Amino acid sequence: MKDFVIPWDEKDIGTPAKSGAPVTLSIDGFEVTVPEGTSVMRAAAQAGLDIPKLCATDSVEAFGSCRLCVVEIDGRRGTPSSCTTPVAEGMVVHTQSPKVKKIRRGVMELYISDHPLDCLTCAANGDCELQDMAGAVGLRDVRYAAPEGAGIANHFEARDTSGETNRAWLPKDESNPYFTYDPSKCIVCSRCVRACEEVQGTFALTIQGRGFDSRVSAGAGFDDFLSSDCVSCGACVQACPTATLQEKSVIEKGTPARSVVTTCAYCGVGCSFKAELNGDELIRMVPWKSGAANRGHSCVKGRFAWGYANHKERILNPMIRDRIDEPWREVSWEDAIEFAATRLRGLQEKYGQKSIGVITSSRCTNEETYLVQKLTRAVFGNNNTDTCARVCHSPTGYGLGQTFGTSAGTQDFDSVEQSDIVIVIGANPTDAHPVFGSRLKKRLRAGAKLIVIDPRRTDLVKSPHIEAAHHLALRPGTNVAVVSALAHVIVTEGLYDEAFIRTRCDWDEFQQYAEFVSDPRHAPEAVEELTGVPAAEMRGAARLFANGGNGAIYYGLGVTEHSQGSTTVMGIANLAMLTGNIGRPGVGVNPLRGQNNVQGSCDMGSFPHELPGYRHVKLPEVREIFEKAWGVEIDPEPGLRIPNMLDEAVEGGFKGLYCQGEDILQSDPDTKHVAAGLAAMECVIVHDLFLNETANYAHVFLPGSSFLEKDGTFTNAERRINMVRQVMKPKNGYQDWEVTQLLANAMGGDWTYTHPREIMAEIAATTPSFAGVTYDLIDARGSVQWPCNDDSPDGTPLMHVDGFMRGKGRFMITDYIATEEKTGPRFPLLLTTGRILSQYNVGAQTRRTENSIWHEEDLLEIHPHDAEVRGLNEGDWVRLASRSGETTLRAHLTDRVTPGVVYTTFHHPDTQANVVTTEHSDWATNCPEYKVTAVQVSASNGPSDWQEDYAEQARKARRILPAAE
Amino acid sequence: MAPEKMVMMANQIAGFFHTQPGDDQAAKVADHLNDFWAPKMRGQLIDHVEAGGAGLDPLVIEAIGMVRQPA
Ligand code: SF4
Ligand code: SF4
Ligand code: SF4
Ligand code: FES
Repeated sequence: MKDFVIPWDEKDIGTPAKSGAPVTLSIDGFEVTVPEGTSVMRAAAQAGLDIPKLCATDSVEAFGSCRLCVVEIDGRRGTPSSCTTPVAEGMVVHTQSPKVKKIRRGVMELYISDHPLDCLTCAANGDCELQDMAGAVGLRDVRYAAPEGAGIANHFEARDTSGETNRAWLPKDESNPYFTYDPSKCIVCSRCVRACEEVQGTFALTIQGRGFDSRVSAGAGFDDFLSSDCVSCGACVQACPTATLQEKSVIEKGTPARSVVTTCAYCGVGCSFKAELNGDELIRMVPWKSGAANRGHSCVKGRFAWGYANHKERILNPMIRDRIDEPWREVSWEDAIEFAATRLRGLQEKYGQKSIGVITSSRCTNEETYLVQKLTRAVFGNNNTDTCARVCHSPTGYGLGQTFGTSAGTQDFDSVEQSDIVIVIGANPTDAHPVFGSRLKKRLRAGAKLIVIDPRRTDLVKSPHIEAAHHLALRPGTNVAVVSALAHVIVTEGLYDEAFIRTRCDWDEFQQYAEFVSDPRHAPEAVEELTGVPAAEMRGAARLFANGGNGAIYYGLGVTEHSQGSTTVMGIANLAMLTGNIGRPGVGVNPLRGQNNVQGSCDMGSFPHELPGYRHVKLPEVREIFEKAWGVEIDPEPGLRIPNMLDEAVEGGFKGLYCQGEDILQSDPDTKHVAAGLAAMECVIVHDLFLNETANYAHVFLPGSSFLEKDGTFTNAERRINMVRQVMKPKNGYQDWEVTQLLANAMGGDWTYTHPREIMAEIAATTPSFAGVTYDLIDARGSVQWPCNDDSPDGTPLMHVDGFMRGKGRFMITDYIATEEKTGPRFPLLLTTGRILSQYNVGAQTRRTENSIWHEEDLLEIHPHDAEVRGLNEGDWVRLASRSGETTLRAHLTDRVTPGVVYTTFHHPDTQANVVTTEHSDWATNCPEYKVTAVQVSASNGPSDWQEDYAEQARKARRILPAAE
Repeated sequence: MAPEKMVMMANQIAGFFHTQPGDDQAAKVADHLNDFWAPKMRGQLIDHVEAGGAGLDPLVIEAIGMVRQPA
């Protein structure tokens, strides 16, 4: 296997890039031209003249503490540090004068005198900058030694020769599951502290004490890493030049020898990583500096939570059973595929061509998703394909399609660096999109303003060095009313951007809209009682957004997962058009996608009404393209969406399902209804890594492969197509696209793909926005943002620059219509749901890693006032009931939620939060209304009957017969 | 699909198009149903209207003539 050759130089050049007018200087006689503001160190490194350094690294601003990087500059006194000295026109720098060489040796000698000399057995051996620098400066001996009898003056010996304990020595902190902190090796360069502040924005680390006593400290004095605010992003580990902060996996397995660049498979940020390996053993995942989405940063999931791929519960052999009350039988791949194909064809013969369908995965690659929807369209002969994006971002597709003409975020993530005012609505990026959250926080610390619209006080509202200008803590379900009220203020106070609207939007539609939204019933004062948002706050927020410069809107599932999800998306698009915030850096409308490939699975035609590239199946000219490519006739009628499939199943008309990489039983609302639908089917095929909850109702289990084991592409929330590269062979024998191909061929598909690049070629040939995409292009450029075609051969970082995809931007009337889900005497509280940093979606992967240390169970957040009237205390078991069902979990009292609102996550199957959610859904797309359920909360002694029955059913359904006779 | 659920979904769609300008709301409701509802679901809705259309928003009933019959 040939490793991917990284086309960019990954060298650490000491200080971050600057932009400014070009400045030319001379370094060791070489002319160098760099932007104004660049450090001498960076300028020298760019000329290939590396100046020794310890406390500088190019992910954080220089600090100038180690004095190893000193240089001489003509006409300046002394020996300035090159990392903190900016370049100047005509400057003449000498990096290797006898004077600076002597200083550097002295500096190194001091460092080494207080450092253990156990290099050979150190985990960072070969990967240690202290070692490298000792070599670079030519350090040959260390003359410092404590005077006889004076006691020890170092940090690395636990006791002296007489057995006296060394008070300056501190034990290793191993509390974090993924990395250790060994103070005896610390050189107090503060790179970790700066990384935690500048890159991650958590401010968990400080330097305590002064001089010889100075120490890196996580949290307050009594804290260790685990109990501190540390979110385990790994930025400090990455920044540390020594073995002080070190991955446990490297300590256990040794330093890696090779690396492959690939893409994180957790969330829609789509961070690029270097998978570092020895042979096919993965040692660590390191964020890739050239990754355009993450720019060298990571979160705990992508950086550390990859151990699930080797988890003992992973299923590696195909299994079948005739009935779901039987135990599983392990069989060969041939037998499993034959069994599945025969059953599916049998069902179609008996119940009709449309009695079976597929669910594509937002975790699998574009190529895999494309094949699964092709399976149903070309082989099953119907359009019954849907994807988990149904339950999260389908309203984005509809809403942005109606207003702008395409279903995608308008910006790249870099854009946030130029935003002046950011609205975050129904999203919690520091938990759900952590690396974007860090990039946003960085911009906010640099002065951009923030408006948070969320029923809950998320971390962004107030955290170290960040404070939202406005937090509109609306009642769940009133998004449309809030968005319209903001627009009301902007229109009635004349704050809209008329020039933009006149040139870029349909003026008549704008006038209709303006008339609609100016109606006094949309005024902040009129909706104050409904939304719970004080009118003054609402007006303040609207004015700030309209007048604040570059305005960007980021939104998440708190917008889409409502009965008016699509309407809110349109309302958001209206706000952006009203204020002229479309088509340049720093602005835009940006859906934050949940799973890693939600964008891609939507692009690839996973929805039952549209072929790849968002083109309706009713259009003959579009069908013709695929009919030619596939050699089949395509059904012009829309197929069934997931909820419709389940409804049809309960009624007996839908009988067979191939479900790749999704766990609809846990992730979809109204669990009992999903279970009833699955139970009514005669052939459920689950294709996954683990026996997930849906598999309890399956007849065929096809083992899946992890993202480390496959080639393909993911498309992140910025429309960026990133490469997923195989770093090890599939433990189950096949990549997921190969399994789909086996099934298709067993049903007469006659597919002959030998590599995912051929699938991408088919996508490019059939889908205009992908026309220019090839694996060669992605390899060469690192990634590419669609549309990528003849008009924009290098891809499209910003959309709608000169005009909207649909021509003129379209203002849509967005009237508030209350959800049917209403509180009342029986269910007086509103439940809203969300996610937390360390866990991912239904938790199937993250629960199988050490991440569980941060989130052992789902908790119900309830305001102390609501708890008190119900006699509930912190940690009590509580019963959470809606008209759909009930479950139990533990209570957490917090004023993050307002009185009347409760909140939980859905990462653990035992919690079964979706037993409680209802079948209500978005009017346009049937995206379920997860974010609003009327509930009651009361004291309880333990798991509900349903939870116990469910656990018993699951236990039985997961039995596997011992390998046969 | 349970009839109440179907009625609710159809009414939600009508609810949105009621708020839209112009005088072709019924046509828009029909377009939406044709574009997003599978034929069998449309058939059920048509049957429901023929059986009296209990619970349906009048706009849905007005639209039903423009809803494509399943083949
Ligand atoms: S892992 Fe991240 S959050 Fe934790 S201390 Fe390091 S930089 Fe800060
Ligand atoms: S832990 Fe590492 S990065 Fe932090 S001060 Fe010590 S040596 Fe520097
Ligand atoms: S932010 Fe998302 S894509 Fe990036 S490492 Fe974390 S989970 Fe992976
Ligand atoms: S690298 Fe410049 S002072 Fe440390």
